[in-house]
Amino acid sequence: MAYTKNKSEVDETLRADLAKKGVIWTSLDFLYNWGRRSSIWPMQFGLACCAFEMIAAACARYDIARFGAELFRASPRQADLMIISGTVTKKMAPQVVRLFNQMPEPKYVLTMGACAISGGPFIDGYNVLRGIDRYIPVDVHLPGCPPRPEALLHGLMVLQKKIASQEIQKAAWYQKGLKREFPIPELGPNGLIPKFNPEVWQPAKRNPRKEHYGQTILVGKKQKAPDLELVVAAKSATPGAAA
Amino acid sequence: MNIPIESVKKELETRLPDVKLRLIRDSILIENPEDLLRVALFLKESPVFLLDYLSSVTGADYLTFLESVYHLYSMAKKQGPVVLRVRVTKNNAKIPSLAPVYRSAELQEREAFDTFGIVYEGHPDPRRLFMWEEFQGYPLRKDYEQEDADILETADIAWLEARGIKIPDEMKEKAKALQAAGQRAVAEKPEKPRN
Amino acid sequence: MANIIESKNLDTASLLEINFGPQHPSTHGVFRMVIQLEGEKICGLKPVFGYLHRNHEQIAENLPYAAIMPYTDRLDYVNALANNFGYALTIEKLAGLEVPERAEYIRVIMAELARIVNHITVIGFMLNDLGAFFTPLLYAFRERERILDLFEEITGSRLMNNYFRFGGVKRDLTNENLAAIQKIVSKFPAFLKEFEALLTKNEILCMRCQNIGILPAGVATNAGITGPVLRASGVNYDIRKVDGYSIYNRFDFKIPLGEKGDVYDRFYIRVLEIRESLKILDQALSKIPQGEILNKKALPFIKMPRNFKPPVGEAYGRVESPKGELGFYVVSDGTPQPWRYHVRAPSLINLTVLEEMCLGQKIADAIIILGSIDIVLGETDR
Repeated sequence: MAYTKNKSEVDETLRADLAKKGVIWTSLDFLYNWGRRSSIWPMQFGLACCAFEMIAAACARYDIARFGAELFRASPRQADLMIISGTVTKKMAPQVVRLFNQMPEPKYVLTMGACAISGGPFIDGYNVLRGIDRYIPVDVHLPGCPPRPEALLHGLMVLQKKIASQEIQKAAWYQKGLKREFPIPELGPNGLIPKFNPEVWQPAKRNPRKEHYGQTILVGKKQKAPDLELVVAAKSATPGAAA
Repeated sequence: MNIPIESVKKELETRLPDVKLRLIRDSILIENPEDLLRVALFLKESPVFLLDYLSSVTGADYLTFLESVYHLYSMAKKQGPVVLRVRVTKNNAKIPSLAPVYRSAELQEREAFDTFGIVYEGHPDPRRLFMWEEFQGYPLRKDYEQEDADILETADIAWLEARGIKIPDEMKEKAKALQAAGQRAVAEKPEKPRN
Repeated sequence: MANIIESKNLDTASLLEINFGPQHPSTHGVFRMVIQLEGEKICGLKPVFGYLHRNHEQIAENLPYAAIMPYTDRLDYVNALANNFGYALTIEKLAGLEVPERAEYIRVIMAELARIVNHITVIGFMLNDLGAFFTPLLYAFRERERILDLFEEITGSRLMNNYFRFGGVKRDLTNENLAAIQKIVSKFPAFLKEFEALLTKNEILCMRCQNIGILPAGVATNAGITGPVLRASGVNYDIRKVDGYSIYNRFDFKIPLGEKGDVYDRFYIRVLEIRESLKILDQALSKIPQGEILNKKALPFIKMPRNFKPPVGEAYGRVESPKGELGFYVVSDGTPQPWRYHVRAPSLINLTVLEEMCLGQKIADAIIILGSIDIVLGETDR
C-alpha cells in the first residue's frame, strides 16, 4: 500500500472548544484507521526460530495483547496481518504466496527476521529463497536474528503508524478492479519458476556481496580430497578426552 | 565403552572368511558393497557385540568415489561405536539397503540418496527426502552447480508472460543470450580453488 | 497418495485423504503429514519433510570451523546450547584439545539449564495441543523467561547463544551469575509442584494420554529412537551415563524410565528429568572450581579463526540433547573448511515410528503423539 499522507483540514482550536462542550469532531479517516490499527489480527505463521520470539511476544511478559493483536488466527481468511517469521525455503514459497492470496483486503505483511527479508545467514543455500519480497509486497521489514519481542512490538507500532496515514478515498482496496493476487510460483528442476516476479521486486544494481567476497553465493571449489588412510605418526597420540 | 576395532575385524575374518575387509584408522572398509548386509546382520546378532542400534548413516563425496559410513552402537551391552564404510563410484552408485535390518536407516538412506545420489537397493520407499520430486541433481556432490537466482531464464519468462506480467527488456535479452549459448544461469565459483 | 492405498488394500470408497499441511496452528513448525482417514480413524500416515531445509551441511563446507558454531545454534532453536556442546565436543575430538576444569563445569551447568528450558517448553506445548489453550503455556513461558534472562546476561543473547568455543567457553560466570542460577534452582521445585498438582492426576489428561501411541521397546531400539521417547518405553540408555562425556560421571543422578511407552509416560518422564537436572545443577554449583575457561592451546585459533586447521581425519561426537542423541560427523582435510559435515538429528530419526504409533488412533490423537515425540523442524530438516 502506498504511504499516503492523511491530510485533515480541521481547525485545532475549534476542535478543542467543541470537545469542552462534549462534542467530538473528527475525520472519518481518523476514526476508521483507529479502529483498524488497534485490532490487527495476525496470522499464526511461524516458520523457524523467529517463531519462538513471536510466541514470547504473545505471552504474558511482552504481551502483544495490549496492542490489540492478541488473537492469532490460524486461518488466513480471518487475518489481516501475516507475520512471516523465519526462513522461507523454495519448497515452502508457493504455500506462502497461496496463503497471502487467500487473505482478504486490507492485508499487510511484516517480515520478521533476517531470513525472511533477504535469506539471512542461510543465503548461500540451494533451497533458500532470498527474501519473500520477491513474490509478495511487504509493508514492514524487521531485522534481527532473532529480533527481540520488543523489536516485534516496535515493528507492529510502525505498521500502526502506516495504517494511520492511509486515506479512505485513496484506499486501494475500495477501487474497482483491484487484484492483489500474485501468481504462485512452481517447483522446477533447479529451483522455483519464476525466480522472482519483476513487477514486485528486481535485483539491485549494486551487489555488495560480490564486492566483498568476489562471489555472490559462497560456493567453494576444492580439488583435492583427503586421504583418510594416511595416518601421520606424530598426531596419533591424541588424548581420549571429551569422548 | 569402546570396542577395539581390531577385535571386530578378527572376529569378522574368522566367522565370515570370504568377506574382504580393510582397516582405515578406526573404521572397517568393506571392499565389496554386496557384503554389507551379511556383515551388519552378523554384528547385530553375535552375542559378543550385539550391535542393535544403528546411530548414523552418512554419505560423503571424495571426488573419485562416493562413500557411505555407518556408526553402530549396542544398547543392550552399552558399547560401541563400530564404524563401517562402503565405497562406490559415481557411475554405479548402488549399495544394498540396511533398512530391512535396522529401521533407523529408512529416513537416513533417503537423505543420502537425496543429497548424493547413492541408490540403496531394497529400500522400502526410495524417494527424495527433502527436495521435491522434480528436482534434478544431487546438491552435496562437489560438482553440483547451484542456480543463480537473480537472472531470469527463458522458462521463467515464458511462464511470466503467460500470466500477463511485464518484464524489462534487458532481462529478456540476457535470457535469450543464455539460451543461445546453451547454458544455465549458475552461481559463479571462485577463480582459485580452495586447496 | 495412491501408494498408501495400494499397499494396504484399503477400501477406497470410504477413505478421506487430508493434508496436515505445512501451515497449521500447532507450533511444531512447517511439518506436513498426508493422512488417510476412515471416519476419524487413521489408516495411513506419510510425513513430508523439507519445508525448512536450509542447507546447513552445504553452507558449513564453505566456512571456517569457528564460523559454523552460530549455525549450530539454529539447528535445535529451542535450546541452542546443547547443539553447541555437541559440535564443540566433536571438534575437540578431531583436534585433540582438552578442556579446563572450570569450563567443563560451566558447560554442564549451561547444558542442564538448556535441558530444563526445553522440557518446560515441550510440556507447555503438549498441554496446549491437548486443548488447554494457552494457560499452561503461559505459565511455562514465565519460567522460561527467567532462564532466558540468565542466558542473556551470561552469553549475550536470549535464544541463539553461540557460547561454547573449542577448548572451553567464551565468557566466565561471575559470582552474581552463580547466585542467580542458585536462586532459579531453589525456586523451580515449587513451580513444578504447582504444575504437577494441577496436571499430573488431571482426569482429562489421563484419559486422553494413557494408552495412546504405545511404542514397544524392541521397535524403539531397532528404529534408532533415542532420548525421552526411548526411555519412556523402558530402555535404559542415556548417553550421559553410557559415554560419560565431559564430566557427567562425577555427578549423581538417576535415569527415569517409563513402563508402557504411551503419551502419558513421555509427558511425565520429562517432568522427572527436570528434577534430575535440578539435582545435577545443585551439585555442579557447589563443586565448581576456580580456573581458566579456555584451553591456552586453542587461544591462537580463537583470535584468528580462519587459521584453525585440524589434522586430517574424521570424528563422530554425540551428546544427549533433550530430544535424543545429537551427533556430529566431521571429516577434515587439513584446510580451514571441513570436507564433510553431517548432523545426526534426533528429531528426524524419532519420526521413523510416527506412522506406526498413529495407526488405528483418532485424528485428534495424532497431534498429541506428534507433540510427545518433541520435534523441532530446524533439526529435522537442517
